[in-house]
Order: sequence, then C-alpha cells, then structure tokens
Amino acid sequence: MLFGRVKGNAVCTIKYPGTQGLKLLVVQPLNKNMQPIGGLQVAADVVQAGVGDLCVMVRSREAALAMPDEKFVPVDLALVGIVDELEVKPDGAYDVSLRRGKNQFT
Amino acid sequence: MILGKVVGTIVATISHPHFKNRRLLVVQPLVMEGEASAPEDDFIALDNSQAGVGDTVLVNREGNGARQALKNPDACVISVIVGIVDSVYLEY
Repeated sequence: MLFGRVKGNAVCTIKYPGTQGLKLLVVQPLNKNMQPIGGLQVAADVVQAGVGDLCVMVRSREAALAMPDEKFVPVDLALVGIVDELEVKPDGAYDVSLRRGKNQFT
Repeated sequence: MILGKVVGTIVATISHPHFKNRRLLVVQPLVMEGEASAPEDDFIALDNSQAGVGDTVLVNREGNGARQALKNPDACVISVIVGIVDSVYLEY
C-alpha cells in the first residue's frame, strides 16, 4: 500500500463489463517523503477523492477487492483512503539497519 | 514477511470500510548495516498489533495472509503489521 497524489481524472466511454460507474483518477505514486515514484498511473476511486488530494492506494488483486460491488474486475490500483493528516519522522530519526549478532529492539 | 520500523502515522477520516478501527502506519523496511535503503522502499501498512512509531515490526506483505490476519476474506489490504519484534539474531 502506498501514497498517491491525485493529478486529474480519466474518462473511458467503453469499459470492461463490471467496471462501468467506476471513477478513474490519474495519480502520481509517492514515497513517505512525498517524492514521486515512477510515472503517472490510473487508479479506480472508491472514496470520492478529488484533484490535489493525498490518498492511500492499494495495488494488485486487493485493488479489485476494494471495489464496491463486483469484486472480479480488471483493476490493479485503487484509492482506498484520503489522508487528512500525515506525520512521518525524518530519514535517520530511527536506525533501520540490522547488524550481525543480536539486535535488541525493546 | 519482512522486518520494518514504524516511522509515521496516517490519519484518514474517509477510508475504505475494511480499514475502519485500525490505524494506518508508514513502515520503513530494515536493511543490512552498510546497505542503503531505496527511496521507494517505504510503504503503508495496516496495524493489527497495536504498534506505534519507533517500534520494529513484523509485516505481512501478501494479500491472502493479510486477509487471514484480519479475519475478512474480502479485505482490500496487502500489508498488515502482525507482530512487534523484540530482538533479531543474525549469524552471518
């Protein structure tokens, strides 16, 4: 699951059966520091997001499971949440390296 | 399953019904010492273990396991935090 910023919408008049009525949005996948990962992608929207919203997206088969009615649809990216508030520690705030021997975390 | 560090929290008032009553957390995977983590490594996971920021966690990153952990056969979730790690011992 990953972040995405809604950049616009896509309109398809001819769609695969079962995907009629789904809203398609053009999104830019982002990492935790809001830097873009790869190019623009199209996601099916289930939370009525709008242009400019920061969203939580889900990929692969689980994207199709997020659809409201028909769960067996050709969808591989879905918007499943709208981010209201995001708090991320800066890089380096926590040690994310594993060493040989014992690593005690608690 | 992978090991990761919880580095952030997400508040999403409007979200899919399958996400309700659970927190969304930002997780950074652990890497071997000396290796750099790629900028696209971090991801969002649903919390099923009462984890918090700073905790080292065990994350299931596969849909079928996630659905089993959440006890919902239709959950649209891939990454679920299924444990809080106390310690890791590496031989090599």
